Amino acid sequence: MKARSVDEGYSLKVESEAGGGLRIILGGSVTLRDTQGWLDRMEGLVGKHRPQRLTVDLGGVSLMDSAGVLGLLLLEQRLKKSGIPMTAASPSEQIRKIMELIDREGIERPPLRSPKSPEGILETIGEAWVLLWRDFIQVMTFLGDLIAALTHLLGHPRDVRWDDVLFYVRRAGAEGLPIVGLISLLIGFIIAFMSSLQLKMFGANVYVASLVALAIVRELGPIMTAILVAGRSASAFAAEIGSMRVDDEVDALKTMGYEPIRFLAVPKLLATVAVLPLLTLYADVFGIAGGLIVGVTGLDLTPYTYLQESQRTITLFQLLASLVKAVVFAFVIAWIGCQRGFQVRGGVEEVGAATTSAVVTSILLIVIVDSVFAIALYYVS
Amino acid sequence: MTPAGEPVIVVEGLTARFGETTVLKDVNLEVYKGEILCIIGGSGCGKSTLLKQMIGLIRPSGGRVLVGGVDIAAADDDTLNLIRRGIGVLFQSDALFGSMTLGENVALPMDGASGLLPGTIEAVVRMKLGMVHLGGYENHFPTELSGGMRKRGALARAMALDPDILFFDEPSAGLDPLNAAELETLIQGINVGLGTTIVIVSHQVDLVRRVADRVIMLDREARGIIASGAPEELRKNATDPRLRNFLFRQEEGRTK
Repeated sequence: MKARSVDEGYSLKVESEAGGGLRIILGGSVTLRDTQGWLDRMEGLVGKHRPQRLTVDLGGVSLMDSAGVLGLLLLEQRLKKSGIPMTAASPSEQIRKIMELIDREGIERPPLRSPKSPEGILETIGEAWVLLWRDFIQVMTFLGDLIAALTHLLGHPRDVRWDDVLFYVRRAGAEGLPIVGLISLLIGFIIAFMSSLQLKMFGANVYVASLVALAIVRELGPIMTAILVAGRSASAFAAEIGSMRVDDEVDALKTMGYEPIRFLAVPKLLATVAVLPLLTLYADVFGIAGGLIVGVTGLDLTPYTYLQESQRTITLFQLLASLVKAVVFAFVIAWIGCQRGFQVRGGVEEVGAATTSAVVTSILLIVIVDSVFAIALYYVS
Repeated sequence: MTPAGEPVIVVEGLTARFGETTVLKDVNLEVYKGEILCIIGGSGCGKSTLLKQMIGLIRPSGGRVLVGGVDIAAADDDTLNLIRRGIGVLFQSDALFGSMTLGENVALPMDGASGLLPGTIEAVVRMKLGMVHLGGYENHFPTELSGGMRKRGALARAMALDPDILFFDEPSAGLDPLNAAELETLIQGINVGLGTTIVIVSHQVDLVRRVADRVIMLDREARGIIASGAPEELRKNATDPRLRNFLFRQEEGRTK
């Protein structure tokens, strides 16, 4: 390989010419690596000798790449501004060909667009609000489309792609069982352990069961399960639909007469709404089991006493309320996950952003919805 | 045509196997300094696999690839990086980084070369973009450019370090005839102007006829080379039905 392995570097020799001219004899190899160095040295020499004209003799150059030739052209342009004409003497055939290839005007042409300068704080805040408002409009428009699609399918249940629904039931539900079970068990265990340290001092060991049951069934079961499903499924929905948009698959669906929201979003929504309440019940069981382990091993409670106390604490209303919450959370997860996917317009890099946004936005909305439920249920109960 | 110059790439007994499937078997070829070599063949014949093996992205299942006399499969990372600095690749999908401006994309290979001042890099970026007729577009993002412009931008990046060898994977894929012709002119200009050795993988017979000094045809069934020679020589002496089919069917298709 020519320059990279045997790059011997360049050499400069200066000779004065009659009539106030200066001749710089360039030798060796002049490549990208040396461009800045020799250009500075040449300019230094010109500044020192202040010649009437400059001749750069290229006869001794063994190798000059395009960056080297660029250096010559830049030097010529700079000297021209100072009124010093420059001539390149004895260029090799290769150097001449490279010179022909370089667009001399292009080197000086200013960019068609100036680089984006950092924005001021007011501009940044204003732009963030505009983006937030636009996002809100898009999310709500998609919600309207989704409700319209559901309404249509209510009258035409055979139009629902039930195979896809079952596929996503497996994806969002069955495949999530191990992680949901493990995390719920550990959360039940942690709550029981931490509360037992305090309640033991008052001899109120048995209330650990009540505390765990209440915390798990009313709040932590639904919300933790929803967050886990948002992490697993909202991201997957956004990535899947986003990739389909990039590859024009969504447009292909439209050309075949399918309504993309009915085809892609509704099965995911139905599957999530079906599995999240079941996963929540499953999480409740594991959460209480986590507390049971602490109760039996650390608080001298019998399993029967622990479960009886748990059962006494949880009312049917609380259980039903947690399932209703799970249904709403499921709707939010599928709604945001699919909307973020459909929002993808550009290339693959937008798919990554949509995936992240799907998780963040759905978790944020889940927490907001949970707060609304907490207040509403307080007054209802 | 008798190839002139020294071989810069030597492929010896190259085999490419993916699981049970053998795509290439015992392929031998040489790429000579300063030539434009086109590797043609139908879909699935192993053109892109051969290209990726030549640039060290896929390890050969058998045989070896010598670039500048060095076996790239056996080379250590430093040697491989040195060899890769002498190679430029224009991928089929342009592979420009969407998060960077065109100028930043072209500057990327130079950022890795130590000791270059930002001013030098900026000047070289402008020159390279000018060479591919994209002067002034350094602050544009790839998504703001047309397919043809992105391809030319990717070419500017591929030739940022004046590589000795440039590889093109289906250069005219997705381009209209005018953009494809412009790219062909650029390929020839780079070959003549910078003396760059060029290897093109394509199934476009037109492109091959216009730019190639030498053509190699791969065949899926044969799992290797079934014909090689200068484009016109191949057309005149095309006795192999697979070669005839490939060369002339495309032309028939266009004249209909």
